Amino acid sequence: MNADDETLLAELLEGKHRALARTISKIENRAPGYRELISELYAQTGEAEVIGITGSPGAGKSTLVDKLAETYRERGETVGVIAIDPSSPFTGGAVLGDRIRMASTVGDMDVFVRSMSARGTLGGLSTATADAVKAMDAFGKDKIIIETVGAGQNEIDIVRTADTVAVLVPPGSGDDVQTLKAGILEIADVFVVNKADRRGSDRTVQELREMIELDSGGGFGGGGHHGADAADAHGGSAVATQNEHEERATWTTPIVETVATDGTGVDEFIDELAAHREYLVDSGARAEKARQRSAEEIRTLLREDVHAMLEDELERAGGIDDLAASVAAGETDPYTVADEVLSPVEDCLAELETRDP
Amino acid sequence: MSSEQEQESIRCLVAKVGLDGHDRGAHVIARAFRDAGFEVIYSGLHKAPEEIVQAAVQEDVDVLGISILSGAHDTLVPKIMSGLEEYDAKDDTLVLVGGVIPEEDRPELEAEGVSAIFGPGTSIEETIEFVRENAPDR
Repeated sequence: MNADDETLLAELLEGKHRALARTISKIENRAPGYRELISELYAQTGEAEVIGITGSPGAGKSTLVDKLAETYRERGETVGVIAIDPSSPFTGGAVLGDRIRMASTVGDMDVFVRSMSARGTLGGLSTATADAVKAMDAFGKDKIIIETVGAGQNEIDIVRTADTVAVLVPPGSGDDVQTLKAGILEIADVFVVNKADRRGSDRTVQELREMIELDSGGGFGGGGHHGADAADAHGGSAVATQNEHEERATWTTPIVETVATDGTGVDEFIDELAAHREYLVDSGARAEKARQRSAEEIRTLLREDVHAMLEDELERAGGIDDLAASVAAGETDPYTVADEVLSPVEDCLAELETRDP
Repeated sequence: MSSEQEQESIRCLVAKVGLDGHDRGAHVIARAFRDAGFEVIYSGLHKAPEEIVQAAVQEDVDVLGISILSGAHDTLVPKIMSGLEEYDAKDDTLVLVGGVIPEEDRPELEAEGVSAIFGPGTSIEETIEFVRENAPDR
């Protein structure tokens, strides 16, 4: 680590906002030395409670995050917010607008809001977000809230990064709820029916409840690390009650009704988040999650490294454009090209293996 | 690490400060910056100088574009500049002002640390080109 990074690290741990901001930029830019920096930060992490907020575009995520941050601040806790917005697939540019909705806590530097674009490269979102969380954690934030882009495939990343995932469902999305079933029910630790003052919110709550009860039949056993959380049903069916007696390690996905614009239901929401946190600790699921997260991090880093190595190898083989051109000209095909590019790497590995007894 | 993995993008805060509600220009600039491949954070209307400073520091922007059409630039801009200084962010943030700024007020703003002032009639290309050339190298 060079002297600049050491200063940066020291300043971040001292609590200088500018240093935290700069560290996150380094993480986002994959700037030289960012890995050493995070590796140094790593020992200081693990204290913060990481909450993920996801849901369809316009569900009220930013507004709810704003109220959440405000309420945590009233309770004397410091808050970090990472708000992710989509970036253009064509230019890479982005307009990051979530900050506008976060007006309640403006002027309070102990709420650190950072907008990030979903820079669309391999592993880009998940690693940068996870690393930014670490920076905020090491900085000493008590609560870190991640607001995802409107629900899509990124949901999966949020599960890997956050301790507790809240899924926002706006009322009147009856048909949508049906389609969201597979993806969203599986990742929700808490459901939030936002805009609960609108017509149709009762029905949405009802539909969600039915959905949870239906799925408690056991469709989730062993399916992903969220399986255990979602396996139990809301509504106190006989099975659920029995389970609670047998082992404490069950989590009933609660449904909270909120009106984010005026703060209704935010306290209940926070209580459910705290209850989930308690469940994670008591059941040992938190430790298990941490292990899985580390495993995933190691995999992602390795994938990035190998990817970088292969990019260099591609350059040596004549560059991707030329190779693509020769495929287009009918001289070769992508499979042959991939084999050819990879073969020197494979040769090296094979040689190492024979040398190593 | 190979250099291919660096993914630097110019980050800009497009800020409306003070009481003027004319945001068309800010919207056009935000959109044009996005299309130029920049990451744009838009502040929304009626922000206080402290809010702009907070956003600029936390978002670690390379460029701060302040849009003012109210005529209050001579009080608002210095407040923003001293706020940036407080957080050690003044030196490596490129500060631009857009809007109606009378000729005689320009030297004062430039002395405060504003790098460029774009008045009515400035082409979008010119602004983008200026940002590309002058965005601080960190």
